[in-house]
Amino acid sequence: MGKWLGPCVPLSSMATSNTHGEDSPYFAGWKAYDKDPYDAINNPSGVIQMGLAENQVSFDLLEKYLEEHPEASGWGSTGISSFRENALFQDYHGLKSFRKAMASFMEQIRGGRAKFDPRRIVLTAGATAANELLTFILADAGDALLIPTPYYPGFDRDLRWRTRVNIIPVHCNSSNGFQITLQALEEAYAKAETAKIRVRGLLITNPSNPLGTAITRCVLEEILDFVTRKNIHLISDEIYSGSVFSPPAFVSVAELVEERGLENSERVHIVYSLSKDLGLPGFRVGTIYSYNTRVVTTARRMSSFTLVSSQTQKMLASMLSDEEFTGKYIKTNRQRLRERYEYIVQGLRAAGIECLQGNAGLFCWINLRPLLVEEPTREGELRLWNLILQEVKLNISPGSSCHCSEAGWFRMCFANMSLSTLEIALKRIKIFMERGRQDIASLI
Amino acid sequence: MGLVFEPSVPLSKIATSDTHGEDSPYFAGWKAYDEDPYDPIINPTGVIQMGLAENQVSFDLLENYLEEHPEASKWGNGISSFRENALFQDYHGLKSFRKAMASFMEQIRGGRTKFDSDRIVLTAGATAANELLTFILADPGDALLIPTPYYPGFDRDLRWRTGVNIIPVRCNSSNGFQITLQALEDAYAEAEAAKIRVRGIQLTNPSNPLGTAITRPVLEEILDFATRKNIHLISDEIYSGSVFSQPEFVSIAEIVEAQDCRSSSERVHIVYSLSKDLGLPGFRVGTIYSYNNEVVTTARRMSSFTLVSSQTQRMLASMLSDEEFTKNYIRTNRERLRKRYEYIIEGLKAAGIECLQGNGGLFCWMNLGPLLEEPTREGEVKLWNLILNEVKLNISPGSSCHCSDAGWFRVCFANMNLQTLEVALRRINSFMQKRRGTSQGLC
Repeated sequence: MGKWLGPCVPLSSMATSNTHGEDSPYFAGWKAYDKDPYDAINNPSGVIQMGLAENQVSFDLLEKYLEEHPEASGWGSTGISSFRENALFQDYHGLKSFRKAMASFMEQIRGGRAKFDPRRIVLTAGATAANELLTFILADAGDALLIPTPYYPGFDRDLRWRTRVNIIPVHCNSSNGFQITLQALEEAYAKAETAKIRVRGLLITNPSNPLGTAITRCVLEEILDFVTRKNIHLISDEIYSGSVFSPPAFVSVAELVEERGLENSERVHIVYSLSKDLGLPGFRVGTIYSYNTRVVTTARRMSSFTLVSSQTQKMLASMLSDEEFTGKYIKTNRQRLRERYEYIVQGLRAAGIECLQGNAGLFCWINLRPLLVEEPTREGELRLWNLILQEVKLNISPGSSCHCSEAGWFRMCFANMSLSTLEIALKRIKIFMERGRQDIASLI
Repeated sequence: MGLVFEPSVPLSKIATSDTHGEDSPYFAGWKAYDEDPYDPIINPTGVIQMGLAENQVSFDLLENYLEEHPEASKWGNGISSFRENALFQDYHGLKSFRKAMASFMEQIRGGRTKFDSDRIVLTAGATAANELLTFILADPGDALLIPTPYYPGFDRDLRWRTGVNIIPVRCNSSNGFQITLQALEDAYAEAEAAKIRVRGIQLTNPSNPLGTAITRPVLEEILDFATRKNIHLISDEIYSGSVFSQPEFVSIAEIVEAQDCRSSSERVHIVYSLSKDLGLPGFRVGTIYSYNNEVVTTARRMSSFTLVSSQTQRMLASMLSDEEFTKNYIRTNRERLRKRYEYIIEGLKAAGIECLQGNGGLFCWMNLGPLLEEPTREGEVKLWNLILNEVKLNISPGSSCHCSDAGWFRVCFANMNLQTLEVALRRINSFMQKRRGTSQGLC
């Protein structure tokens, strides 16, 4: 059998498109960090990763729980059936005890202001999967979701790649603290109509990534009215809901739905996950909560492609049904995030950098527009980003990768490192800023 | 705001189609079982579930391992251990786990092939792996060729969200349901006539529902066919560790290594999982092994939608890198499955029922053709219903597997204990005796 010199076997257009999104600065920064990662002892001049929204401030609480409750992680000698039963359990309804624990945890986060029925909880391997699943269920290929900018860069891949659904941005800007306005919603909707693209829903992240702010009650009401008028869906990604650390208190769309007596609720779907509030992204625990029974049924069936490991469900069911533990965790986690936030905002202010006033999340939204003296453009912003990456050795996320319409804003994460590392990062920024605007502008 | 009557907010076409497949007998049987499940004490006349391909014969081996190695399931004293594991969401997967999987797959194949752990992509189960490959290798409207009879789940897994079609490669009992070149060519021609572009062939080897391993010459023929047509070849080898008698399992990996030629290898992709051989469907551990670099890279990125829990990766990395354990497991599991298989074949034979001669898997392929009043799908479904409601056994009708010969059924034997299997065989025996006693068939 001689060598075949034929054409190589083709892949699908999906495989060869670049909607996987990995050619963006968002990923370039990660690569730079991977090549030269900061380490206090081994590499003190390395890149400090401030582009990863992880929550590392409360692990000790989880570790302590697991130490005190070894039965959560193991199968012990409590019975042969325990391991067998768990290993065989692949029911897409998910472990009942785990769904109840998730519902209860979500209620606690909202201070009991909303109720969640465990039968409406669908489990998926992370919020990434949950958001894609909902997109498959609510929109056809070629349709669109409206998403307020700036938004999480991952959405470009998660919501569009395999679904072939489009994203139409709802432009927000600093004139009102990047709040979503009815005007912006209407404009985005009209743009879709002009392009003959059918809008199927609006996806909000509340609290917002990258802004680090919770949406106010009256804006939420306006949003809910808007989607009802247009007869479209509302997906509320509330994965940072447990990280709201200062007023105004978090208002979930669930509260509004209940206040309206569940009227028109069949268009409302909430996404949650344990990757941010609990800091467990590796365990792949996401959920869809829908007030629409058909969506629940369909999502459940579709979750077959992305089930949560039954081993992980079992362990977390144990942890999250311990209300004493969860109450304490939620409170302590909030406090620590608030302290971190205040620390970084103070440090940035001392360096002459202002931030959007935030009250949630694992990051702050910083304003480096003043440094873009010559070029308040996307290109200028990317050059500044690169400068900060190469010279200040900090990987932060440029607003343009979040589709921000104003150049010069950056997202800076503060919870994915120790306090001492954060201190170093702030020192570096201060030194950088001391060069003065003109100097920096000349470098961009 | 007064009450306004509005149409309910619509869902997508994917959501409203019935390609989720749950309206088939395959699922109807499950429901009947759920409503009236057999239990030796509480419900001795209940339905015995023989439609679920689970492996329950070797759990004690796993349980022993975990008892002897508590550090696999817990995080013990190292603080960093939990933190590191909980944060690990890299779509490359835990290196130690990939190495352990590669090694396990090599052991299953008796060391006759090598697997590079950098070509292993992890997914939450083989269900996800198969769908992922379909997204990567085919566009909506394209088709995959699949030999019949095949696993009913493929209708949903490969078509639902991908928009890809399945064109059956018809096999029949005249040659033990083996795949022939003629059948492949016929299926390909059918696609061409319908102006549908074929992108690949999806094999399950060993076969579900047949319980047979594909022979080496047939595998070579299939790879040649795929190369000639310049299409992909997906080999779902999730039952590879369950080949319990001759002929020995030949993996497509062996054929690829023997040919040592890029134009054959770049089209070959293997799917594996721990749901069958290890009996761990709940843990959601699937993998794609591809000889095509672009496919590996793309699959890795796409696996973001379906990653394996890092907690589970860690535990299984520990277990599967223990070669003494895995060797013993593979050997013992095979023996036990062989014994079960021989037991059920004897029992069926004694009842007057013949099966396809199988050598792998968790089920046997039983021929009830002689019992059919009419050799049609309807006749078969009637018989299936009769067996479900009167004999109280849920078995899978061949038509749900798209079998072109009526009267064949898949009967699982490894998802229950021996006593339950005994009861099931007794019921079949009485049923067959009653039929022989009556002058006319019951359906």
